[in-house]
Amino acid sequence: MPEWSDKALILEMRPHGESNAVVTVLSQSYGRHAGLVHAASSRSKKGMLELGNLVATDWQARLEGQLGTFRMELERSAPAACLDNPLKLAAIASCCALINTGIPEREPHSNLFDTTIALLEIISLSEDDDAWLTYYIRWEAGLLTMLGFGLELERCAVSGTTDELIYVSPRSGCAVSRASVGTFADRMLVLPALLGGAVVTNSEISSGLSLTGHFLGRRVFQLIHQDLPTPRLRLAHLVSRRYNNSIIS
Amino acid sequence: MTDNPLESLIKRLSRLPGLGPRSARRAALHLLKNKETTMLPLAEELDHVARTIKTCVECGNLDLTDKCRICYDSRRDATRICVVEDVADLWAMERAGIFSGVYHVLGGTLSALDGRGPKELGIERLVARAANIEEGEVILATSATVDGQTTAHYIGERLERDGMAITRLAHGVPVGGELNYLDDGTLTQAMKARRPL
Repeated sequence: MPEWSDKALILEMRPHGESNAVVTVLSQSYGRHAGLVHAASSRSKKGMLELGNLVATDWQARLEGQLGTFRMELERSAPAACLDNPLKLAAIASCCALINTGIPEREPHSNLFDTTIALLEIISLSEDDDAWLTYYIRWEAGLLTMLGFGLELERCAVSGTTDELIYVSPRSGCAVSRASVGTFADRMLVLPALLGGAVVTNSEISSGLSLTGHFLGRRVFQLIHQDLPTPRLRLAHLVSRRYNNSIIS
Repeated sequence: MTDNPLESLIKRLSRLPGLGPRSARRAALHLLKNKETTMLPLAEELDHVARTIKTCVECGNLDLTDKCRICYDSRRDATRICVVEDVADLWAMERAGIFSGVYHVLGGTLSALDGRGPKELGIERLVARAANIEEGEVILATSATVDGQTTAHYIGERLERDGMAITRLAHGVPVGGELNYLDDGTLTQAMKARRPL
């Protein structure tokens, strides 16, 4: 009988019947995995199955390919500390939605698990929105790399130089230096300093989120004929409100 | 639908919350054994309720008229709107007797997964209601979950303006609750919301 025990992050909870739920988690060693949780609507389990919660999980099924059942115990709840902060809640929801729709099922992604847990820890503990948003943007860039669509931001795609990299090509995802951009500057995405750009702008967070959002939409979600998940769009909207400027996606 | 009306009744009963096929069979048998005292009065009540109970056009509550008793009541403070997820939440608030304003029932929380957006939740109706109040308060009594609080923040954003106070229910230690038995999330919220004694 196939079974495993692991730490896992709750990504999604869909009610199944009257009291059960199909829960999708990102586990440390077994990747994105779904399973049935019995009595999920009970008072003792309802709070545990909130997305973004870290749980200790036992999965068991009769055959490997079956949905199987989960038994869970709450280890840590990042969202509980963020209920009064709309930006943090949106970031947690966005993070879970991107993983849940973006990565294939039952493939181990232990690096992604570790970085996501670290990110949620930073989001829940940090008092400074700019600081945790910087980590969030780097996490999205890391997610792109992990999915095989990493951005090449170390050197200029045109000249090979590593100096004054301030743009990113919206097609190739490669950095472009100020000297090489020529007449295409208005078509380029801004490379913020937080992702290795040469110039610190006053809209670092917005530029960073636009950049990763553009490539997540174009390279990951377009391929599966989907738009960016709604929580990611809401995060972009809140950031644009907060930083008082507009974001493409 | 089967030809046998009893089978059909059992099937329908088994779809009710809290009932499975086995308990539906027991309930159907009980009804049949007590036709005069239970089954026929129940059928009449069900028919009566189905024909007479309406959803309030103002707040989404259930009542006999298009506009519910709470919305009609001139003694209630119409400048204070308590936003709840479900009619059951409204009933809970009314049972407690702690609120003398009016309500707005959303009918759920925002959820991309279930295809529930601001339109489906009647948030536009709430915004229009709040726009008619010059100075007042909107109390967001949504559940302390990620979806519940995301909905509350979204509504808060939409209603933000001068003269409108937007508040939410406190989260923390319940009456009779012992710290030893509380989960980490509730304790975190309680610690954050502490106040001078």
